[in-house]
This record gives sequence, C-alpha cells and structure tokens, in this order.
Amino acid sequence: MTITYWLNGKKATADVAPGLMLYDFLRSQGCYSVKCGCETTNCGLCTVWVDDVPMLSCALLAVRIDGRHVTTLEGLQDEAKEFAFYMGREGADQCGFCNPGFVMNVLAMVRKLDAPTEEEIKEFLSGNLCRCTGYMSHMRAIKAYFKAKGKEVRA
Amino acid sequence: MEYKAINHVVAKKDSQALVTGQPVYTDDLRPKDCLIVKALRSPHARAIVKKVNKSAAEKVPGIVCIVTAEDVPQSRFTIAGQTYPELSPYDRLILDKQIRFVGDPVALVAGTNEDAVDKALRVLRVEYEVQEPLLDFTKALDNDIVVHPEDNWKPLVDVGGDNKRNLVAQACDEHGDVDAVLASSDVVIDRTYHTRQNQQGAMETFRAYAYKDAFGRLTIVSSTQVPFHVRRVVANALEIPKSKIRVIKPRIGGGFGSKQTVVMEVYPAYIAWLTGKPAYMIYSREESMTVSTPRHESQIRVVLGASKDGHIRGIFLDSLWNAGAYGEHTPTTVTLSGHKSIPLYNAAEAFRFSYTCVYTNTIAAGAYRGYGATQGLFALETAVNELAAALHMSPVALRLKNMVRQGQVLPAYFNETALSCTLDKCLERVVQMSGWKDDCPRQVLSNGHIRAIGIATAMQGSSISNVDVASVTIKVNDDGFYSLNIGATDMGTGCDTILAQIAAECLMCPVDNVVTYGVDTDTSPYDSGSYASSTTYLTGNAVVKTCQSLIQRMKERAAVKLGAANVDDLEFDGKAITDLSTGKKITLKDLGNDAMFMNDIALEATESCYSPTSPPPYMAGAATVDVDPETGHISLVQYDAVVDCGTVINPALAKVQTEGGIVQAIGMALTENIQYTPSGRLQNNSFMQYRMPTRMDLGQINVEFEPSYEPNGPFGAKSIGELVIDSPAPAIAHAIYNATGIWLRDLPMTAEKLYKAMQL
Repeated sequence: MTITYWLNGKKATADVAPGLMLYDFLRSQGCYSVKCGCETTNCGLCTVWVDDVPMLSCALLAVRIDGRHVTTLEGLQDEAKEFAFYMGREGADQCGFCNPGFVMNVLAMVRKLDAPTEEEIKEFLSGNLCRCTGYMSHMRAIKAYFKAKGKEVRA
Repeated sequence: MEYKAINHVVAKKDSQALVTGQPVYTDDLRPKDCLIVKALRSPHARAIVKKVNKSAAEKVPGIVCIVTAEDVPQSRFTIAGQTYPELSPYDRLILDKQIRFVGDPVALVAGTNEDAVDKALRVLRVEYEVQEPLLDFTKALDNDIVVHPEDNWKPLVDVGGDNKRNLVAQACDEHGDVDAVLASSDVVIDRTYHTRQNQQGAMETFRAYAYKDAFGRLTIVSSTQVPFHVRRVVANALEIPKSKIRVIKPRIGGGFGSKQTVVMEVYPAYIAWLTGKPAYMIYSREESMTVSTPRHESQIRVVLGASKDGHIRGIFLDSLWNAGAYGEHTPTTVTLSGHKSIPLYNAAEAFRFSYTCVYTNTIAAGAYRGYGATQGLFALETAVNELAAALHMSPVALRLKNMVRQGQVLPAYFNETALSCTLDKCLERVVQMSGWKDDCPRQVLSNGHIRAIGIATAMQGSSISNVDVASVTIKVNDDGFYSLNIGATDMGTGCDTILAQIAAECLMCPVDNVVTYGVDTDTSPYDSGSYASSTTYLTGNAVVKTCQSLIQRMKERAAVKLGAANVDDLEFDGKAITDLSTGKKITLKDLGNDAMFMNDIALEATESCYSPTSPPPYMAGAATVDVDPETGHISLVQYDAVVDCGTVINPALAKVQTEGGIVQAIGMALTENIQYTPSGRLQNNSFMQYRMPTRMDLGQINVEFEPSYEPNGPFGAKSIGELVIDSPAPAIAHAIYNATGIWLRDLPMTAEKLYKAMQL
C-alpha cells in the first residue's frame, strides 16, 4: 500500500506492507530513538506522536499514518536536550533504553497539563515502564523541568 | 575530607545521548544486511528430539541455513559469565537432543529476512519422544527422573554435584557447635520460607550480532555485562580458539545480572562462523522471559536460638536451590544465601549454613542483582522479626543487640574484619525517618485500612574476594586530556562516569578532561565484568592504582624535558609538573603534546587489581504498608532506606541505584510471580502477566546515606548496586505481620494469599 505522511515535519511517501507495524516502519526510516520493550503494549518504549497524540507504535499499523503527522524524538531534539539536563542531574537517565518513549510522553504532558499534581503526572506517565530508576528521580527531573518552563506542579 | 571530583553529582557522560534517543544500542548499530537468526523451541518440558524434518523449511526462499543437534560441536560448556575455572557445571550444548525445559532450542534457522525465517519455523517438523518432566524442586534429589543423564556432564571444580542424582552442588559450613547452642537456648524458632524465580526485566531484551572481519576473525557485538566471558563461552561452544573472537559492548539497556549470563550470543556467533555472513539475533520479550535465566527459586529453613533477653546465640540456615534445567550460577548464588546473611548477626556463638542445589525441568536460573543474598536475607530477616515477636521484644532493639559492628571479625564471612560499618546508625536513622515506634506499629485508618511499618536490614559484598580482576589503562593525549580505558561494563549504572570521577580526583583535573572507553576485548584491559558489586570498589581501586603509576611516568618524562636531576623533586598539581629544586615547570598540555615528538617514555599506565577482601555495604529499610482487610490488598505507602556504601562517589547515581533496587524488590515482594502449568509451561511470559511495578504502584521512597570509610576501597568507597534489592521483601513481610498478625512466608505476598490467611 502507498501511504503519504509527514515524519517529523517532512512530507514523504512510502510503499508499505499491510501488516507492517508503525514501530518497524519508523526504525526502517532511521528513527532509531523508537524502541521496543514488550510487544504487548505494557512498556511505553515505542511511544511516538500521531497528530500530536502519544501512541504506541508497536500496536499501530503503518498504514494508519496515511495522511497524518508522525513525530519521534528525532523531531524534538531541542526540547529533548533541554529535558536531558534535568534527567542527567538526577541520574534519572540510567540505562536510557526507556528514555525516548518516556520523553515523548513528558513532552506531550508539558503541552497538555497546566498545573498538574504529582498524582496526575504519575497517571499521565503510567504506561511508561522503567526497571532501573524506581521512578522517583523521574519525578524530581520533571518537577525541575516544569519549573524551568514556568509551570507549577502541585503537591 | 573535601573532594573535588568524587562525592559530587556529575551527570552521566552518556546522559545527553540517552535522553535524546541517539542510536547507541546493539540493535541501532547492526549492519542492515545481517542474516536473521531465530530458534525453534520445544513446547515440552522434557523430551528427546527423535527427528527434525527440514526439507520444507529449507525450500522457503531466503533461508540460508538450518542447524539441529546433529550439526553442532559436542563439548559441553556453561553460559555462566564467571571467572575460569567456572564453578558452574559444563552442562550445555548449542543444541541438544535431550530437551530439559519448555523453550529449550531444537533448531536454529537463519535467513535473509524475518518473514522467511518465521515461515521456515512454522514448517519445520519435529518428532519428539515426550517424557514426564520433573517440576517440583523439593522432590528432585535422587528422583527417578534424571534431568542430566549424559555421561559428559563436566564440573571443572568439585562443588559436591552429581548429575545422576539431579544434584548441582551441596556443602555445609559451620562454626561452633550449633546443635548444642540451639539445645541450650531459651527460645528456638524454626521456620521455612519460599521465594520464587524472578525476572530481571531489563528493558532491552537479549540481542547480539556477529560478523567475520578482514582477518577472518569473529566479531560479536552484544548487550552484555561480561565481554571477556562472552569470548571464552563462545570459544568453548564453537570449539574455536579464543584468539579468533573479539567482543564489543555498546550501550546496554539494563542488565541486573541477566546479562552476566551468555544467554544467546553463541547462536548468532555460530551462524556467522558457519556461513561467513553477518548474523543477528534478537529475543522477543516472551523469549526473554521464557528462556533467559531468572533468580533462583529457593526454600530456606532458618532455625534461630536465643536467650530470653534477646541474645541470638545460634543460627542454622539450610537452602534448597532450584537450578532449573541448567546449572549456571547455581553453585555460587546459593552460597550468598548464607554467607551474606548470617554475618549480620555476628553476636551468635555458633552457626551452620548448609545447602543443596538441584536440577529440575523448569527455566534455568541464573544471576540477578543480589545473587542469592536476596533470598537468604528474606528468610533470615523475617525469621529475626519472628523471633522478636516470640520474645515480645522490639525488632529494633533485638537487632541493635546482635548486629555486626565496625571492627568485629566475622566468622560467617570468611573471618574477614568489618573495617567499615555504620549499620547501627543506618537502623537508628531509618527508625526516625519511618516514624517506627516499638509500642504501636499498627494504625487503623478511617477507611478501615490498616497501616503498619516493618523493619529489615541487609548486607552484600564488594567484588568476589581473591577472584575478580579489574584492570585499567590511562593515557595522556595531546593537549593533556586523558583516556580512561576500562574492561568494566556500564549497563546504565554510570560506571563510565564514576570511574572518570575517581580518575579526575587522582589526576586533579575536571571530569570532562577524562574520556572513558569500554569495552572491546581486543583493546580494553582485562576486567572480569560488571557483576558481584565489583565496579566501584574494584575497578575504582584499579583506577587509583593506575593514576599513581601514570603520574610517576609523567614525572619521568617531565624530568627529561626539564633536565631535572631527581624525579622525586618533581611535583604534579593537576595542571603542571614543577621541579621544586629549580622552580622550572612544564604544563600538562605541553607534556601531552611533547610526548608525540622524540619521546621514548609512553605516557600511559596499566594496572590490575584484585581484592583479598569483599567489604560489605549495609542497609536498613522500613516499609510502611496499607492493608485493606476486606480484600487483602497490600499497597506500599512509603519505603525509607539508609545505606552505608562507604564514601558516596556520585550522590545522584547512588540514590537512583538505591531507589531502583528498592522498587525491583517491591515487585519481587508483592506482584512478580512465576507460575508453571502442570506440564511445565511458563504462564507469566509477558509484562501483562508478569507484573513489574509501575509508577502508580508506589508511594514515596526516601533514601539517605550513613557513609563509613572503607580503608580498602577507592577513597573509602564500597559497593551499592546489589545491596539495595535485599531489604524490602523482609521489611514488607514484617509490616504485613504488624498490620494483620500474619506471616507470609511465600513470595510474592499477594492479596489472595493474605486474604486466604486472614480467613483462617
């Protein structure tokens, strides 16, 4: 099937097999930030944006992006670098394998939630598993990042 | 002491790359023309492969080769990543006709694309002679079913094993007359605990690719904690010289011990060696959970004898260990269940630690953070809490009365002396943090839930004494920057950074002036690998030693340049070397540049370290849980932890290590379950069924440090990575008891188990 789509702002056309998953398609296009951790939609590592909404690319057929805008972390490098400062300062990056999917959701969250509570942040990110950190350092990094963005995090 | 580079928060050197999603992992780096390798796996727990009909599969377009048990080398090997001679028995083949667990490989299929390989796997026809499996490890010893009947089963070291008895290892260690001490004790408790297999759950599953280089050698790029052991294991498996193999470790997406086993590297290596074509294998999550090597299941009996006033006089700990289908890491993990638990109660007059490890037709277990200490400490710490209850004594006071103190000799820990220990302070501080009170550990909330606190302590080691080796090379480059070349593997823990911090402290320079490289077995100095809590302590020591040698060489070169009569007159201050007798100096930058012109003194040094001791780090933990008596549901409200890891090299990374270990242990304690069907098939083979903690499952985790100073460690440091997984399970069991009066002695402590126990 031929699909026309925008990948990180760039319009493209591709011929894809009907059963091809978006995850595999994006990696074949050089978007190596997109990772896979589980194949059962439980880990969040493969999170990308489709029309600015976070989606699990391991559970979405590539043909579904026809006519839509897909964003991966490759397309959000400036913001990722900014957030990386806070993650690095907390040691919250650790092995880094879950980072891209997690960061995609954090960057979606900073757009969507205005003055979230810690509980709302946890809920927003509940689909992003991490086995290294125990999550506390993520929260510290997010709070510092929100503060730098002029956003409040409520207790 | 005021440090410049260590004891400070420094972001990991790879932080920007990792958070921004750069292609730095094995799967990102592989050549795109690799053959895809997959395994056909047995659906039976025990069987003999009578025949594999390849004809249809070989006709699938794109299939390059299919190998079965007839094709592979016949010398047995172990996949345990351990120092040679490994204590794990040589009991594996690349492919074996005897199937020993559900998932054992029957055939390897390699093809030019994944679709072809999947199709070939579907049309491979296998004729099995299905046999009755042995699944219950409590019945395995001397069972009629023999898991390893082969005559070429080969232990390199006698650890008391006998494959014809399903026995992997057996031994006993004692000090004093424990039977007499127990017989004369006022109070004796005798309890048995059961822990399950647990998945390490690294986010990056197992993966490796292999190719032949211009010299006809085999290069393997693998997500591994043990590159040098991979080289040996692959050489053994393929029956080729080690000189033909090079192993490279890129960034690793987590390990936790799982990648201390050479789980799958031999398969793509074998295919690349046979075909001469690059070959790649990646495990799915299901495959990773079904055939990699989880924590050993254990049944541990603890007998404690105490006087009425709470002196723990005698300790008897007996571990029964389920190796599963193969013996990797079995004879070693089991020893930690006693050697890294009993020494906590050093006031005991006598102890006995005995163990038996057996084969069954379940998943072969292996290395997982804590490495057996975790199971032993769940049992012993729970038993000590049970003893406190039996004595009507505060579990805090009981511990303070009996615990190991700095300066003591530890008979249960190879007679090592505890040169650094603040466990008493850790416990006192965690009592304050958690709000523990001896007289009221239970509180009924307005919603009917019961809140209670539980306490536990823990210890681990720092490297394997008299075994592990860490080597480091440091060289001065032009403009005076340093390359730090290590054989230790950063698996996300941050050793590439903290070792650079230690080097920067020694060389009196900014951390950014030290670049770290690891690991490539062709060029990196030898290191046993990153396991056994060895990296900060042992490789850190090697960094210190290497810096001392390097500074000496730099002075020798500077003496030539400055025309100094005596090298001992030279002083290095991090920026320059000054001849104190003449006042002449040469800057580090000039020295680095100058070394590349008419020079016969190499400005580099390599040093190795081993350690005759394994200094234990310590930890005290307090779990606050909330129990719903209507359902038995247990939620973790708060976990407080105080850690003595000696000098903290990087406070942010040490804290995250602690938080991460605690959360893994909370999973082990409450939700992570492994269950088999009656025929031996794993039920919990996905993240949907195997419930690791999400951020919704946790309350607050508070971590503090009570640093001691370990005289044998680099700048006083000990280990931290494994220790931190050891205290939560017993602390949570204690909290549940304080809430409900029920001891759950079988992990995980699920709502169902608690609810059923509350109905009795």
